[in-house]
Amino acid sequence: MCLSIPAKIVSIDGNMAEVSAGGTIFKAGLHMIENARVGDYILLHAGFAIQKVNEKEAEETIRLFEEMNNSLNE
Amino acid sequence: MKDFISLNQGSGGKLTHELIDRVFAGRFGMAEPLTDSAILKESGFTRVFTTDSYVVDPLFFPGGNIGKLAICGTVNDLAVSGADPRYIAASFIIEEGFPLHELVLITESMADEALKAGVKIVTGDTKVVHKGKCDKLFITTSGIGILNPDLEHISTGKRVKPGDKLIINGPVGNHAIAVLGARNNLNFSTPVTSDCASLNYLISKVLQNSGEIRFMRDITRGGLTTVLNELAKMIGFGIIINEVYVPVDDPVKGLCEMLGFDPFYLANEGKVLIVVGAGEETRVLNILRSDPLGLYSEIIGEIVPDKKELVVLNTSVGGKRILDMPVGDQLPRIC
Amino acid sequence: MKYIDEFRNKDLVMNLADLINKTVTRDYTFMEVCGGHTAAIHRFGIPSLLPDNIRLISGPGCPVCVTGTDFIDKAITYSKMNEVILTTFGDLLRVPGSASSLEKEKAAGADIRVVLSGLEVLEIARMNPESLVIFLGIGFETTAPGTAVTIKQAEKQNINNFFLLSAHKIMPPAMEAIIKEGVNLDGFICPGHVATITGSSIFDFIPERFNLGCVVTGFEPVDILQSILMLIRQVNQNNSKVEIEYNRAVTVKGNSIAQRLLSEVFEPYDATWRGFGVIPLSGLTLKKDFEKFNIEKKMPLKINSQEDNDLCICGKILRGLETPADCPLFAEICFPENPVGACMVSNEGTCNNWYKFRFIK
Repeated sequence: MCLSIPAKIVSIDGNMAEVSAGGTIFKAGLHMIENARVGDYILLHAGFAIQKVNEKEAEETIRLFEEMNNSLNE
Repeated sequence: MKDFISLNQGSGGKLTHELIDRVFAGRFGMAEPLTDSAILKESGFTRVFTTDSYVVDPLFFPGGNIGKLAICGTVNDLAVSGADPRYIAASFIIEEGFPLHELVLITESMADEALKAGVKIVTGDTKVVHKGKCDKLFITTSGIGILNPDLEHISTGKRVKPGDKLIINGPVGNHAIAVLGARNNLNFSTPVTSDCASLNYLISKVLQNSGEIRFMRDITRGGLTTVLNELAKMIGFGIIINEVYVPVDDPVKGLCEMLGFDPFYLANEGKVLIVVGAGEETRVLNILRSDPLGLYSEIIGEIVPDKKELVVLNTSVGGKRILDMPVGDQLPRIC
Repeated sequence: MKYIDEFRNKDLVMNLADLINKTVTRDYTFMEVCGGHTAAIHRFGIPSLLPDNIRLISGPGCPVCVTGTDFIDKAITYSKMNEVILTTFGDLLRVPGSASSLEKEKAAGADIRVVLSGLEVLEIARMNPESLVIFLGIGFETTAPGTAVTIKQAEKQNINNFFLLSAHKIMPPAMEAIIKEGVNLDGFICPGHVATITGSSIFDFIPERFNLGCVVTGFEPVDILQSILMLIRQVNQNNSKVEIEYNRAVTVKGNSIAQRLLSEVFEPYDATWRGFGVIPLSGLTLKKDFEKFNIEKKMPLKINSQEDNDLCICGKILRGLETPADCPLFAEICFPENPVGACMVSNEGTCNNWYKFRFIK
């Protein structure tokens, strides 16, 4: 279950947002999210943002993976 | 003439002639007298004949409309057989109440596209049916082309062998997504436009500059995967496709990821799969890329000796999976 | 695309696969309980990257697969009523009921519409005040909060012609049922999107009571391989715990707003899972305060449903007891284009994915 990918908020109107996935725009209900801002990445599922992507954690994870990858390549 | 098509205009009498004269004949460049069938004189060449019906919903979508689709579709069916498309017949089934100005727009598109493709629309038919008896407008086009007998092997692929390479002339899925977006009942909007285009000049450039074209087919309903499976069955070999080389535009990717669609199953209207003899692929690729309709061409795979006739995908991360024929239209999923 | 491409890096995937190969010391069996994982594993060709001594099995994580025939039959019965507009996610359209499917009924003229969200259904209800608009609520903890929001919005906006037929379920009771079945397992690849809502703490009972490892996993190939590596290490070190691989979306506590919505609108009840029978407190039904939106209260139905073809072992497959290879119908009579059971219909179904994987490991 749970088809959901990170999508970027491009506009907010009340508790509805427009989010972009690769340039295609979907509507997302923000009812389960606090303090959403344009530019945030959220996980869109069945028409609702179910969670914000923790960008700090994401970037840190990507960095750690890069480090691991580099050391494995040596 | 009134603004809306009426049943009387389909009855064959004076009003039908008026409709044909005012809407179709002038725009299609048809000379008087118009007859029931068009006699075409060519000497010493094989004629290729095809037909297709167009029932797209909605009739107008980003990048085209049902009329443009009809001409491109028939031109492409002829061109991928290696033929030089020449003449088209166009039949219209029109629902009572259909707006005249839309019919004119569609007809003008067809005329424009025919001119671009260098084909002539030489004969046709018009019927008007009661409201509710057809969904706005159906178009059927049949086409004839001339085929050099040396190119007869192209549509059956009988010269294809292991080691031959597969090329596609650009990104997949755009037409299907543009039409889906225009239907506006799935709550998304997309900048994608249909790739609807006549490919005969592109294909003719390739055929004139390479003698190693082994097979061609246009990639329409059912998508790339369908054509690949059809090819594998026809030639009795397997196919390997490298996912990382199959172009997919970002908005199409985004929509597919979100709705659970496989872009390789999506319909196209301006894409051709070409099988090229081993060693020729880079040359053919460059010929394609020098044309606006082939700018994003890629070599996507290879024919392999495999008695099971499987189409296998080397995934973008190094894994493998089988590409099976799609079962029916794809449905948007949450799971 | 951001936060997707980085986790589909081929070089990283190959290195992780290599590391897995170097870390295995014995045979391992890991179960995923999320149809999204079943589909992702197939789509990226993950099994072809793993050594033979790692076995990945699918549990009851496909909400379509575990939805009983009776639910489809009820939906079909409602859809045939003149005043009803039936709305559903696309996933359910081809699932076979006892005698028909929603797709077949749609072709025969029933007003059945595919939607992407509960909020769309409210729109449809608003625009068709004389119709009874029914929403088929399927999905686990990832999807149910959206339905809860929809219900609350329906109440707030006084939409009186909107109704829910709920088949929402929750994961932990099914995972416990699987473990108690005695399925031979070394750990769970835990559903990442369920956990964005519930938090990873819902899986704590698994290592605590059953000494099985859990890694809460994302859906990209790097996520899946990294999680498998983490599970192998837990087994090798005999150190079962709950770990979060998908930390860009999952926390220990989860989404408290979504959890509050769930507990406000739904309550657990003993639900029937295809292949399992009744699992106590595993389904979600509308609480008394929101009963008026429950179509089964407004128009109760009595139907006799036939369970699957006797030879169909979808149930055993869902419990991880057998594989599609053990099924006499698999790839002989039961194909994606002619499915007998739900496991073959659903894109996430085990049989559907096995079929696609045939010939390749």
